[in-house]
Amino acid sequence: MEQTEGGTVMNSKIKSRRPLREKHFWEEWTGRIYTSICVVLLIVVMFSIVYFVASKGLSTFFKDGVSLSEFLFGKTWSPSSEPAAYGALPFITGSFTTTLLAALIASPLSLCAALFMTEIVPGKGKKILQPAIELLSGIPSVVYGFIGLSVIVPLLRSIFGGAGIGIAAGCLVLSVMILPTVTSIMADALSALPKGLRESSYALGATRWQTIYRVIIPTVLPALLTGIVLGMARAFGEALAVQMVIGNAPHVPTSLLESASTLTSVITLSMGNTTMGSVHNNALWSMALVLLVMTFVFVILVRLLERRNRV
Amino acid sequence: MAIPFGTEQLSIYYGHFQAVKQISLAFPEASVTALIGPSGCGKSTFLRSLNRMNDEISGSRTEGHIWMDGKDLNEPGTDVIKLRQKIGMVWQKPNPFHKSIYNNIAFGPRYRGIKGKKALDEIVEKSLRRAALWDEVKDRLNESALSLSGGQQQRLCIARALSVDPQILLLDEPASALDPVSTGKVEELISELKKDLRIVIVTHNMQQAARISDYTAYFYLGSMIEHGDTEHIFTNPDNRLTQEYIMGRFG
Amino acid sequence: MKMKAKTVDKVATSIIVVLALFIVVLLLGLLGFILFRGVGQINWHFLTSAPQLLKGGGGIGPQLFNSIFLLILTLIITIPLGWGGGIYMAEYAKPGKITSFIRLVVEVLSSFPSIVIGLFGLLLIVNTFGLGFSLISGAMALAIFNLPLMVRTTEQAFRAVPKEQKEAGLALGLSKWKIITSILLPVALPSLITGTILASGRIFGEAAALMFTAGMSSPPLDFTDWNPTSPRSPLNPFRPAETLAVHIWKVNSEGIGPDSKEVAAGASAVLVILVLAFNLSARWIGRVVYRRMTASK
Repeated sequence: MEQTEGGTVMNSKIKSRRPLREKHFWEEWTGRIYTSICVVLLIVVMFSIVYFVASKGLSTFFKDGVSLSEFLFGKTWSPSSEPAAYGALPFITGSFTTTLLAALIASPLSLCAALFMTEIVPGKGKKILQPAIELLSGIPSVVYGFIGLSVIVPLLRSIFGGAGIGIAAGCLVLSVMILPTVTSIMADALSALPKGLRESSYALGATRWQTIYRVIIPTVLPALLTGIVLGMARAFGEALAVQMVIGNAPHVPTSLLESASTLTSVITLSMGNTTMGSVHNNALWSMALVLLVMTFVFVILVRLLERRNRV
Repeated sequence: MAIPFGTEQLSIYYGHFQAVKQISLAFPEASVTALIGPSGCGKSTFLRSLNRMNDEISGSRTEGHIWMDGKDLNEPGTDVIKLRQKIGMVWQKPNPFHKSIYNNIAFGPRYRGIKGKKALDEIVEKSLRRAALWDEVKDRLNESALSLSGGQQQRLCIARALSVDPQILLLDEPASALDPVSTGKVEELISELKKDLRIVIVTHNMQQAARISDYTAYFYLGSMIEHGDTEHIFTNPDNRLTQEYIMGRFG
Repeated sequence: MKMKAKTVDKVATSIIVVLALFIVVLLLGLLGFILFRGVGQINWHFLTSAPQLLKGGGGIGPQLFNSIFLLILTLIITIPLGWGGGIYMAEYAKPGKITSFIRLVVEVLSSFPSIVIGLFGLLLIVNTFGLGFSLISGAMALAIFNLPLMVRTTEQAFRAVPKEQKEAGLALGLSKWKIITSILLPVALPSLITGTILASGRIFGEAAALMFTAGMSSPPLDFTDWNPTSPRSPLNPFRPAETLAVHIWKVNSEGIGPDSKEVAAGASAVLVILVLAFNLSARWIGRVVYRRMTASK
């Protein structure tokens, strides 16, 4: 047996009765503990966020005595009047309306982009659109807000009159922002389809559009919907870009072109001006809680869709 | 029954499926033992159990004994990392580290605590010579290992396994991904290496088994049907199943 | 009947193509608009001097510095934690209930709106921990924001390493951690770097999480004072630090001053250019690093 500098190491017993002295034993423990701490931290952070936001948000109802139904369904938001009113319906409707409309606008566009990349001009189409989508997703949300304010609002003003701000401006900005998210998920879903599906449809004499419409889309529908839901989640949580173009008037909007508000926009605007612990402040935290709850709703929706996707 | 190196009633389960059935096989000193048999018959599984590599597969269970130097490697509480330091392994597809040629070989010894450029240089040269690769790479030790050809990479992997001076070398179809010239080189070096090592090789190539091994074991559906001198197995096997396999594969 | 199907096919195809290409046009239009409006503003003075929101004629110097410094601080926190978490998911986690739970946590955390993370930061880091509006608070909030993506990227990068590499390491008698750090990490590094740079682009442009943590103001900075403990030093991590993105928002919403529009345009252009630089260089840098690491190591 070769005697080297590490000779004793090489010839030592296999079964070590002193594992504590071995380098690899310590290394293993370092690795496990370090990586486990990182994961534990993630879990702790998530639960902390939920706990803190919920405890602040719920104190509006339990400590300050605001009724839940007034909060969720009350149309009047005037925290500084006597008596104060904490109806958050304007913001809730604002958020939902902008989100749904943005999804309505973005989904067909995304679908066309995804179909373009995978069905119409596969290969080259991807080369053109993929970078475009990636660049679009890279633009920060404040810049989208700035563009909204500089381009979309004046445009709406010149076409429709009025101030140009409002839900219309908000959902236009949001739809461009969620375009990349929705498109990439849809494109991934379409690429993952086995080629055989398309080929058997063509073999039966169907045109490409018929194949798309009757075979492909129904098959990947859950995945397409997942993309839309994730896009909506993004839109629902978007704060600054929306706040810049929506007007921020705290009433339930009656038209698309009058000043409105969303949950995120009012938080952005008012959080800095209220004192921590006041009812006004707590009510804003309750809105943050609504945002949090909706996040969970979206995640659950996505999970349900994923289960249906295991075809 | 303590044998220098071998298995005793070794069985390996993946969940409920028994992939290897009670195999007792000794590997004599300074020899090459070939494991032959149809695909999926447990040869590779058996080979991997010798250095406890099956531990990495969740759901696998190994029963029986693996003897080495009087100790049972399969006993609970065995320091698996330590035992792997005495056993080298080479796979079908060459898998050099994404490092320089020098560092591929020096990595193992460095981990064992060997410092000092001179000592490491010596080990690198010795290992590469034993793997019949030294002359081809001695001027480019700092180049990436991935710049070598397939056959060279495989010899590099052999040199890497040799760098920590193992007592046993396990080869899982080491030449099946290589061209005939490289295969020949690998076979040649196996015949050289066996003088200092016990070698266990899994192979699908019957001619190769006949050429380079001293002992052969025939596996079928997880059981070892027959084992013995290579010459005996190939010319006059005792078991009918062995005979059928050999006849079927040998023109 | 076949005629009709063919016509429908043609019409549908045209619509798809038009709408798809519209997106490209949209992107070009947006980028063009930002650059056209803003690039004219960019000069050395603009990039280095402090804002003069009331008088006009100021720049974005401190905000730009804050964005960069904050990015560095955030990366210092997220790289160890994110890579560590990703390594756990790729190498240590066994399929089962706990691992599924962790995945769910990561998914949920990545879905939280950034403003909620900012609010959490306000509550816990700024108030309860007492760190106030500061770079540290902002870095911690951004770290929370960034962590899920880092974990996911890292996990993918490590899973992409061929498992033969790990097997070779195991057979050589290496500990798992040694294999991870010395064998798997170098192979995964290009992906990790690409992922980190792409994440940096996201961090750089983020504003909602910073409004209530890093703050919306920046104290007068003395750029000759590099002592991190002194209050006027730009390196002091406990000072409020309005970043470029937050500044754009503030200028747009509080719009006072004669040239606020130009400042907003210029700042937006700078921000977009930098973020695009991050995104475009990410893959290229990853590749370069890989080549240098495998050649001489």
